[in-house]
Amino acid sequence: MSEVLVVVEATKEFGVKKVTLEMLTLARELGTPSAVVLGGAGAAEALSGKLGEYGAEKIYAAEGDEIDGYLVAPKATVLAELVKRVQPAAVLLASAQEGKEIAARLAVKLDNGILTDVVGLDADGTATQIAFAGSTIVKSKVTKGLPLVTVRPNSVTPAPAAATPAIEQLSVSVTDTDKLATVVERVAEQKGSRPELTEAGVVVSGGRGVGNADNFKLVEELADLLGGAVGASRAAVDSGFYPHQFQVGQTGKTVSPQLYIALGISGAIQHRAGMQTSKTIVAVNKDGEAPIFELADFGVVGDLFKIVPQAAEEIRKRK
Amino acid sequence: MNIVVLVKQVPDSGADRNLRNDDNTVDRGSANNVINEMDEYAIEEALKIKEAHGGEVTILTMGPDRATESIRKALSMGPDKAVHVLDDALHGSCAVATSKVLAAALGQLGADLVICGAESTDGRVQVMPHMIAERLGVAALTGARKLTVDGATLTVERQTEEGYEVVTASTPAVVSVWDTINEPRYPSFKGIMAAKKKPVQTLSLADLGVAADEVGFDGATSAVVEHSKRPPRSGGAKITDEGEGGVKLVEFLATEKFV
Repeated sequence: MSEVLVVVEATKEFGVKKVTLEMLTLARELGTPSAVVLGGAGAAEALSGKLGEYGAEKIYAAEGDEIDGYLVAPKATVLAELVKRVQPAAVLLASAQEGKEIAARLAVKLDNGILTDVVGLDADGTATQIAFAGSTIVKSKVTKGLPLVTVRPNSVTPAPAAATPAIEQLSVSVTDTDKLATVVERVAEQKGSRPELTEAGVVVSGGRGVGNADNFKLVEELADLLGGAVGASRAAVDSGFYPHQFQVGQTGKTVSPQLYIALGISGAIQHRAGMQTSKTIVAVNKDGEAPIFELADFGVVGDLFKIVPQAAEEIRKRK
Repeated sequence: MNIVVLVKQVPDSGADRNLRNDDNTVDRGSANNVINEMDEYAIEEALKIKEAHGGEVTILTMGPDRATESIRKALSMGPDKAVHVLDDALHGSCAVATSKVLAAALGQLGADLVICGAESTDGRVQVMPHMIAERLGVAALTGARKLTVDGATLTVERQTEEGYEVVTASTPAVVSVWDTINEPRYPSFKGIMAAKKKPVQTLSLADLGVAADEVGFDGATSAVVEHSKRPPRSGGAKITDEGEGGVKLVEFLATEKFV
């Protein structure tokens, strides 16, 4: 079976991201998964255990400052060389900022089609995409070149399949043109131990109804009790209640968790665009006519400042 | 500084949007078409740079005839002129082909700085800035929440999952921006009147030296096979809190095995 290249998404803090495990799971349906680690020195070694657990038969690694010190262009160059050499059956990347950017450059370098926000991929290369704020299901195909797709987090359930991958270090031959955008500094902003928003199984979000930044503690408390991530509506972010990287919606993150709890969010199209493919939706809002209730599997009309603390207390009791 | 802002006309994301049943492309005919929201932030950023450092701001749009409305709207915010890439053969173009056309137009315009929205609200594909940079062999500083211009040096704060990165490059470069970067101005009455007289140059594929079979359906590198509407969600139980709302909520979570 031919190889399927899976470009690994990982963080220093949490290691291999869940979307990578999803991609390895998908890749096994299409061929033999090979993981590609593009990062700082020693990155592949640290990740190899987890990648093997989910079926990576081989790991290609390109590491060091030449790769990591510049914005995505060197990664695309190394990946393009690898694709030309191994002629994989498909290339999978995460449908997040960097994954899409590497894929974009790869598509131009190889004059190859590209499909983003893919939630399913058949053996014949037909991809399923969700479009227009979750309202439309699209089936598409790359018609020139190999299937080059970016996979949306929370699309498939990661399934382990043990393998013991060997690491092959790739020679790095990046050009001067790849080194035009220099990363001067990487600044971590506090996030604590919560799961990453797009990958979380549970997301608890607050909106304008939360009232102020301080009150977001309520949202955080409920999220922590459920082991979830915290999100915010655009109205809440624009009002300065919560940082922008947690914004769920048309101009923020798209999430698709098992459980989405909307607190004080009216459910404008802007917000629905980012969360309406969630499996189960629960809403608390004081306005019984709020459009969020049209989506909610369970809705409570009332004061979130009474309902949420009571719910938190009840969860503690049951634990 | 010679700044070009990429502007895309998209169907209003606040209304029902569809793909056409005949050729699976975005239905722009029956939709209320507007400037892609993120592009307004790109225009604002370009105008701020011009105000601080001098230069000229040009709008570049690829799209059908009716995209003219969005071009005039963009000009009413304050840019100097616009270029409209207009050619029937472009209908059905994929992202890869679109980047080829835009790169060809940018090559003719000789921009020092290209600014665009980080993504469009219709496709949300987010690939155009890097595709264009790859073709032009220039830097791409993408996902900016802050942009500083110091002579020919650009510095961007780029939001990431873990926090942010500070990334720097020299012009010429492509910068894409998120809606956190600024607050776009509203067009003034004077601006709207002035926009009517601003030059809009139309360029065809022939003008750009791009062959018709490299774009549109003929040149597409991907294809939509079929599409369907997702069944709309229907609301479930809705209760009114009478003192036990929090408990009832947790009872629901328990039946769904979340607690």
